[in-house]
Amino acid sequence: MIIFDRVSKRYPNGREGVSNATLRIEEGEMVFLTGRSGAGKSTVLKLIALLERPTRGTVMVGGKNTGTLASRHIPAFRRRIGIVFQDHKLLPERPVFDNVALPLVVAGTPLKEIDKRVRAALDQVGLLGKERALPLELSVGEQQRVGIARAVVSKPPLLIADEPTGNLDPDLAVEVMRLFKRFQEVGVTIVVATHDVHLVRELGLREIVLDNGRVQGNDIDPLPGMVATR
Amino acid sequence: MSLGLTSYGARHVQALLGSLGRLARNPFSTFLTLIVIALALVLPLGLELLVTNARIATGGFANAIDLSVYFKTDVPLAKAEQLAKSARTRAGIAQIEVISADAALAEFRAYSGFGAALGVLSGNPLPHVLHVHPASNAESAESLEALRQYFAAQWVTRFNAILEVLRRLLMIAAAILGAGVIAVIGNTIRLEILNRRGEIEVTKIVGGSNGFVRRPFLYAGILYGLGGALLAWGIAASAVAMLAPAVASLARTYGSHYVLVSPTPQELGILIAGGVILGWLGAWLSAARHLRSIEPRA
Repeated sequence: MIIFDRVSKRYPNGREGVSNATLRIEEGEMVFLTGRSGAGKSTVLKLIALLERPTRGTVMVGGKNTGTLASRHIPAFRRRIGIVFQDHKLLPERPVFDNVALPLVVAGTPLKEIDKRVRAALDQVGLLGKERALPLELSVGEQQRVGIARAVVSKPPLLIADEPTGNLDPDLAVEVMRLFKRFQEVGVTIVVATHDVHLVRELGLREIVLDNGRVQGNDIDPLPGMVATR
Repeated sequence: MSLGLTSYGARHVQALLGSLGRLARNPFSTFLTLIVIALALVLPLGLELLVTNARIATGGFANAIDLSVYFKTDVPLAKAEQLAKSARTRAGIAQIEVISADAALAEFRAYSGFGAALGVLSGNPLPHVLHVHPASNAESAESLEALRQYFAAQWVTRFNAILEVLRRLLMIAAAILGAGVIAVIGNTIRLEILNRRGEIEVTKIVGGSNGFVRRPFLYAGILYGLGGALLAWGIAASAVAMLAPAVASLARTYGSHYVLVSPTPQELGILIAGGVILGWLGAWLSAARHLRSIEPRA
């Protein structure tokens, strides 16, 4: 699903977000990106979602090379990826329903279908009945779940999350991770960036450790098929 | 196919209603913008009306039954009467009336409603006038042209030249003010885009195309242009309604039943189409420039 082949990303300010990173994430896998803040976790996610393009190397997502994808194809590319942000990036002036419906609206989904799918997504995150609420009327945990509902409402094959539990207390964090696990069980590939190592160990899933922009443990062999530390 | 079209249409209706809703939510700033656009549009429209009316009011020289011959104000009455006398002998003229400046002033005082104001004038600004009624066998264009040349109506030529100048002025004004409308709408849309930066970013993150993001702004521009044009129509109609009685009185003093004309459906069509096109163009230019600069940075 995702292949990084000797990828480097240098920002205009000269800072290198990712250095010579090689990694591979299989379809249907749930993987954690861990490491200290500033280690390059967010950069890896941005490179996957084409919010950034690599400076060097090749990023393949779902069989597409993001380095060469024409700008006009980016919207269609992004519609196949659900993204969850730490600050959830909800539209504060729009009710929950509109926020969750946005990915379907931009894709031109018929209204009847939108209604059905938004309810289904809200049901999955346990927020059915909150459609008319404004995001700020909800608790932080609920807002995060609205963000997750928005990420999964269009049933993308790939879900990426940047510190989705960063603002949540431990119980809520476990709850959110269980939610992701359930999506993985129905075939969604999931990449979660987090610094919450305990939570990752508890779940016993594959972990890709980043340090200073480098993937730890496999920075020698760039061959596809190579997996990072387990 | 029909389903695709329906959802395509539905998306446009959605974008249109969304833009309308946003404009309605800020009625004061929307109204201010509309006023500015309307003022820019009403000026060319007013000039157009002025030219049209002037042409119609004086069109009698080309095709009507009567001719009026105005003298310079320093021409004495005796000279006018002398000219009338010699002209009466000419073929093709049925009747000539001499209206002295004093008679014209008295009539104007009676009809215009400016009686009191006229008292302020030191002298009589009106000229002596000859009303020439051509003979019924002399109403062809050639005969009238010959008559006109006989009276050496130089001021008619001059007047037409003035109308031509006005017409050119109208085009220049329309071009400048049209550019103004584009700038006003472009700037309004720019502020709107900056205000909704967060929303645009999120929309792009979830896969909204540039076309999708741009659509509501284009509709906003079109609505501004349309609203401004309708307001300009309202302003022009009110101005005509306010001027009409005074113009009618003035026309009566010249023995005419001239009625001030309002904008024709064609002129209104051009006004509204112009407003819509300028609005769309301003919004498009602004959106093309500013939406590109907003790329999601997670």
